[in-house]
Amino acid sequence: MTFFFQNVVNALQWGSFYALIALGYSMVYGVLLLFNFAHGDIFMVGAYIGFFVVSGLLAVASMSSLLLPNWLLLVLGIIFAMFLTSFVGMLVERVGYRPLRAAPRASAAITGLMIGIILETGNLALLGARRVSFPSLIATTTYNIGGVSITNKKITIVLVSLLLMLVLHQFVQRTKWGMAMRATAFDFSVVPLMGVSINTIAALTFGLGSALAAAAGILFSVAYPVLDPYMGITIGWKAFVAAILGGRGSILGAALAGFLMGFIEIFVVVIPNPFPTMFPFSLFPAPYLFPSTLRDLVAFSIILLILTFKPHGLFGEAHTARLRL
Amino acid sequence: MGVRTGVRSGELSTGRNRLGQLLNRIWAPFSQVPLLGWLLGALIAVALEQLLGTYLARILGMIKIPALFGFAIVLKDLALIPSAILYVLLIYVLPVAVIARLSASLANRLAAKLLSFPMWVSVIVHLGLLYAVLGLWAGVSDYRTLVARLTLIGIMLTLSLNVVNGYMGEFSCSHPGFMALGAYGASVFTMVAFVDDRAFGPPLLPPALGPFMFPTALIVGGATAALGATLVAIPSFRTRGDYLAIISLAFTFIVKSFIENLEVVGGPRGLGSQPDWANLPTVFVWTVLCLWIINNFVRSTLGKALNAVRDEEMAANAMTVNTRRTKMIAFLFAAFWAGVAGGLFAHVLRYINPGTFGLQKLAEVLAMVYFGGLNSVAGPIVGAVSFNLLGEALRPLEVYKWIIIPLLLIVVMIFRPTGLIAFREFDVKNLLEPKQKPEEEVEHVAAAR
Repeated sequence: MTFFFQNVVNALQWGSFYALIALGYSMVYGVLLLFNFAHGDIFMVGAYIGFFVVSGLLAVASMSSLLLPNWLLLVLGIIFAMFLTSFVGMLVERVGYRPLRAAPRASAAITGLMIGIILETGNLALLGARRVSFPSLIATTTYNIGGVSITNKKITIVLVSLLLMLVLHQFVQRTKWGMAMRATAFDFSVVPLMGVSINTIAALTFGLGSALAAAAGILFSVAYPVLDPYMGITIGWKAFVAAILGGRGSILGAALAGFLMGFIEIFVVVIPNPFPTMFPFSLFPAPYLFPSTLRDLVAFSIILLILTFKPHGLFGEAHTARLRL
Repeated sequence: MGVRTGVRSGELSTGRNRLGQLLNRIWAPFSQVPLLGWLLGALIAVALEQLLGTYLARILGMIKIPALFGFAIVLKDLALIPSAILYVLLIYVLPVAVIARLSASLANRLAAKLLSFPMWVSVIVHLGLLYAVLGLWAGVSDYRTLVARLTLIGIMLTLSLNVVNGYMGEFSCSHPGFMALGAYGASVFTMVAFVDDRAFGPPLLPPALGPFMFPTALIVGGATAALGATLVAIPSFRTRGDYLAIISLAFTFIVKSFIENLEVVGGPRGLGSQPDWANLPTVFVWTVLCLWIINNFVRSTLGKALNAVRDEEMAANAMTVNTRRTKMIAFLFAAFWAGVAGGLFAHVLRYINPGTFGLQKLAEVLAMVYFGGLNSVAGPIVGAVSFNLLGEALRPLEVYKWIIIPLLLIVVMIFRPTGLIAFREFDVKNLLEPKQKPEEEVEHVAAAR
């Protein structure tokens, strides 16, 4: 049982990353019916911006002999990085998506993909192939609760991401901007007639999604403090899968599917092997049914199965989105 | 005058800019050169390169014949720009232009004569000439041969993905997966049957038989890919929407992970020592075959049904199109050709590993399709050729290559969102036709007087 809860904690941590990134995909997809394939790389850019902001703050703090507590630095870093990265998101929208709004949606997806490659390569060209390590702001403390060891980092990550999701939910449900976003998601063509600028809403959607991705990037680098230009690819595509799994444009769905993705990935490799010596399974060394190298295969097969039976995702409504060719 | 050139000169003359007029003026003398004339010119040019290339390159201060039109040399040493330009002008541009212009009337008569026979005669002659040009050009160095083969394989991949993304209007991300299945399927077939290697032991059949069985191996690879495609198709064609994108993406991950865990074929270490059967003629023949079959497919009733499904599935259904069956067939068909391309790819490089068929490959194939143009057959050819050649030519730029190519693609997408040559039928007859009929020639001359 201890083992189980230990894995629950790990799954919650990974689920937070996936959920935060998936929210960005899901909002863009829900509001504008576009795939933002640059989102995984915006996560990477967010992590790097966070790195520079935090390093800068540390330098300023040490020079002015100001005694800022480290948690405050982290909070400031997250806020600044979210703010700055949202502009990166808006820039991506302005350059790659707005000129193509009347074009087939697939073309916009391609520009997104290409902007992602430019972000990766640009980072590589600017900063070199050297990996940077994120300054460790929080000293790791391990709490032992009934045999389950939980680090304070994991608690921070899960709590901050839950808080951000709550803020996003409130924003979308309670504010006028949120209402405009929901209206755009509901009917793309009528909203401009009501005096709402689609351009503003698109920029807002991209900005919000990118800010969340930046938060995910910093939280990720708190847990795994080595940054490299290609860190966003795999996690980004997986979060994209999670966003679709959640259902089109459903914020709750994207968040839950992100956590589900984390749980599937963690728990797939700890299923105990029921037949330790029987033929097909004895190929794999016991005690687990699937070796960790099979993680992606099994995780994606499960997702394929879910999508086979719930083709509109977990929380999506039936819709007939078409590529506008 | 052919339809294609007519459209082009029309577009240019309406453009009020002077560049357009200039281009128009340059193009005017060549507007009546048929494809045959261009091929003759190119043949002379590459033959000239074989004879004089090394000599001329030495005179111009280069060590050897520039591999890809001098791009690589120029990017390494900027001082060589004039000599590279001079080389390209003297060896390629000048002979092609002069021969094409001078032989225009002869080539027109010849093309007309050829068309009086059954079509395939003319097609074979043109393809023979094209192969001669390609073979001579690639014969200069092993590097060129490799680039030519990979480009041809790129054409096959792009053509087959265009069936799904262009003609069917879905967004499929599973081509790397199909390619991987084809590559491994074909490799395992040839290596089990004909090669004495460490992975599979002594050959089952006499190795001398091998090259003749290579088509079987490729078909096995294609069939493997098509089998994998059914896995994607069954869940994703239940509904219309973007779910194909996601399911096919998951499929690519699954295939990669599956092969990584398959110790029999080397797992993540990859599989090597495939026999060297995918030489230039083989790849050329398969590419032509692929082009021919896909062109016929998209012009067939089934291909038109596919377009109908894309434009309005409900209406297509009402018009007695079996939409699910149509989509399934097209998808499996595309997967088959991707598998064949993968099989050829494995036998060209003679080493594959699962990492090759990841997201990087996906970005490449998608870029080629959308750069070239959706819903056309000429588009993928243009896309694959320019993308591959550009990729090779910009190689000396190292990191910056992957900034320039995406930027270029973004610009293309902004100005031509469906790609360079989109929504065009590939009409072979139109292509092979003489560009000037004899009676028109007389009128032309009379008008000039």
